[in-house]
Amino acid sequence: MSSTAQRPWNLRESYLFDRTVIAEIQRAAAEGIYDIRGFGAKRRLPHFDDLLFLGASISRYPLEGYREKCATDVVLGTRFAKKPLELKIPVTIAGMSFGALSAPAKEALGRGASEVGTSTTTGDGGMTPEEREHSKTLVYQLLPSRYGMNPDDLRKADAIEVVVGQGAKPGGGGMLLGHKISDRVAEMRSLPKGIDQRSASRHPDWTGPDDLEIKITELREITDWEKPIFVKVGATRTYYDVQLAVKAGADVIVVDGMQGGTAATQDVFIEHVGIPTLPATRIAADALQELGQHRQVQLIVSGGIRSGADVAKALALGADAVSIGTAALVAMGDNAPEHDQEYREIGSASGFYDDYQAGLDPAGISTQDDELAARFDPVLGGRRIANYLRVLTLETQTLARACGKSHVHNLEPEDLVALTVEAAAMAKVPLAGTDWIPGSSG
Amino acid sequence: MAVAEREHAAVEVVDLARTSLRELNQRLHDLSARPGPRQWRVVNPSGAHAVACGLDADVEVEIDGHVGYYCAGMNKLATVRVHGNASTGIAENMMSGRVEVDGNVSQSAGATGRGGLLVVHGNASSRCGISMKGIDIVVGGSVGHMSAFMAQTGCLVVCGDAGEALGDSIYEARLYVRGEVVSLGADCVEKDMRDEHLAQVRDLLGAAGIDADPAEFRRYGSARQLYTFKIDNAGAY
Repeated sequence: MSSTAQRPWNLRESYLFDRTVIAEIQRAAAEGIYDIRGFGAKRRLPHFDDLLFLGASISRYPLEGYREKCATDVVLGTRFAKKPLELKIPVTIAGMSFGALSAPAKEALGRGASEVGTSTTTGDGGMTPEEREHSKTLVYQLLPSRYGMNPDDLRKADAIEVVVGQGAKPGGGGMLLGHKISDRVAEMRSLPKGIDQRSASRHPDWTGPDDLEIKITELREITDWEKPIFVKVGATRTYYDVQLAVKAGADVIVVDGMQGGTAATQDVFIEHVGIPTLPATRIAADALQELGQHRQVQLIVSGGIRSGADVAKALALGADAVSIGTAALVAMGDNAPEHDQEYREIGSASGFYDDYQAGLDPAGISTQDDELAARFDPVLGGRRIANYLRVLTLETQTLARACGKSHVHNLEPEDLVALTVEAAAMAKVPLAGTDWIPGSSG
Repeated sequence: MAVAEREHAAVEVVDLARTSLRELNQRLHDLSARPGPRQWRVVNPSGAHAVACGLDADVEVEIDGHVGYYCAGMNKLATVRVHGNASTGIAENMMSGRVEVDGNVSQSAGATGRGGLLVVHGNASSRCGISMKGIDIVVGGSVGHMSAFMAQTGCLVVCGDAGEALGDSIYEARLYVRGEVVSLGADCVEKDMRDEHLAQVRDLLGAAGIDADPAEFRRYGSARQLYTFKIDNAGAY
């Protein structure tokens, strides 16, 4: 029985035990270990697709699409830092480690981001010279593992991001499997080559919001109060996390929804922990507004951003900027059809590949294999990233102009309606065609 | 001696009751770019956090009194001595130089340190040397639970006792304890003390200025059974 078309009508597939579920049970029984993979949540979740913009009409004037300016610049870190980041577009590159990604791939991210005037971010494993050289604006992550952390790179960075968690695995640590530990990765992480490298789930020297405040003070002191301090959280108890991060002194808060990608995490973790980006965005913006800190402390949202529509909707719900990770990998060539045969040879297929942890990526992106990495052209990859970021920006501007906005930050919840009851409740905008916001006492 | 040299040889005294922490740290940081006093004395620290953190110059800083979190954090080259107690994260992520505390220290002393020497003459609380990556730590007293958790490289010498789960999930760091160890963490085992280890303990005790017999120490390190994740080891966690 090779296809659905040939399946007799008397054969009924179980909704609960569909073929994917059956395959996973059989794999688990054979291998005795949970499924570890990359990518982000694959299940259907409420998302920005469930929102629509209300374009201008009699009561709202649109901007002329090809004539009138719609600005996209964003300044991050205006609260305390002496040198805030000034970006030309509200789309940044999320943290992805050298180790998870090849050096050429990291270089391409820097090249592409720099070309369009935005920032890129290091990851768990430290800062590489190539990354610094090719990234005009680079955010340096302080993670629980502290792999590669040193004060010299801290001072070279343009901003510092204290990573509390990420959307794919809030509350979880990480594991870079031994076969991705090259000599260079091992040296940067102060560990022997070829062994699994565990990343802790908690920071080694602080616990809780009061400690975090002191930690941020230390980072500011070390860098003479120049660098903006970001705090990144995986979306879970977003309202409290955002308010506690503000209290701790963050300049910028990054909220990563559960659709956010990962290099290697248990599938059960990716699919079952955290909340989607859609409600997290609205909750985070509300939390900032309640403190009178909206636009004073900037909000970056990530997790499943794919198009200018996603960007515009996130901004309309209150974000100052968004970050992309998975989409950036795809833009560089991850999951490209030209590699389909090679994906099939390692048990996947173009459009389905998520084994970033395996290090066998035929696109040369999520690998530390020198031969595979050499396939990836960082100049071409950088150009593709720049092209993609430009498209995201143009699409965002198109939607903002249609809503009559001269700056993308002027988009607001009032410009949105929801297609589903769930999305209406989560985004706190009316269900389309009604004035009903589920859960609203008004 | 020229006038400028005499000035540089003088001890620069900073009173934190009159001077802000920001001004102190900025003046110390400026020494990495231009010459200035090599000897500093900080008085009235009153438990302030982040005192003398981020130094990057071959200077000596004496602190008269107790300090809060992250004193001498990410230290490079400098010698920092605390004549009192220190709170959480003394010398965290230290790269080089020497940090010495006369009294006791709170948790996470020397966390993720990559180099240099941390000496604690009193006791250290929990997670001493957590995730250490090359630093050497010598504790004159005892250390608390989960010390040397996920310790990667470097040495932890404990002249007193060690609390529960010493060296849990340890990588290649070497742990030497003279007294009792309440329990060892996952994948941490006792190992033979060979001549090279006796010499290493002797050297570290000498560098710390602590008088103890290396032959009284026992060595602990990784069994290396958890280096590659295997489901059969799940029960160890």
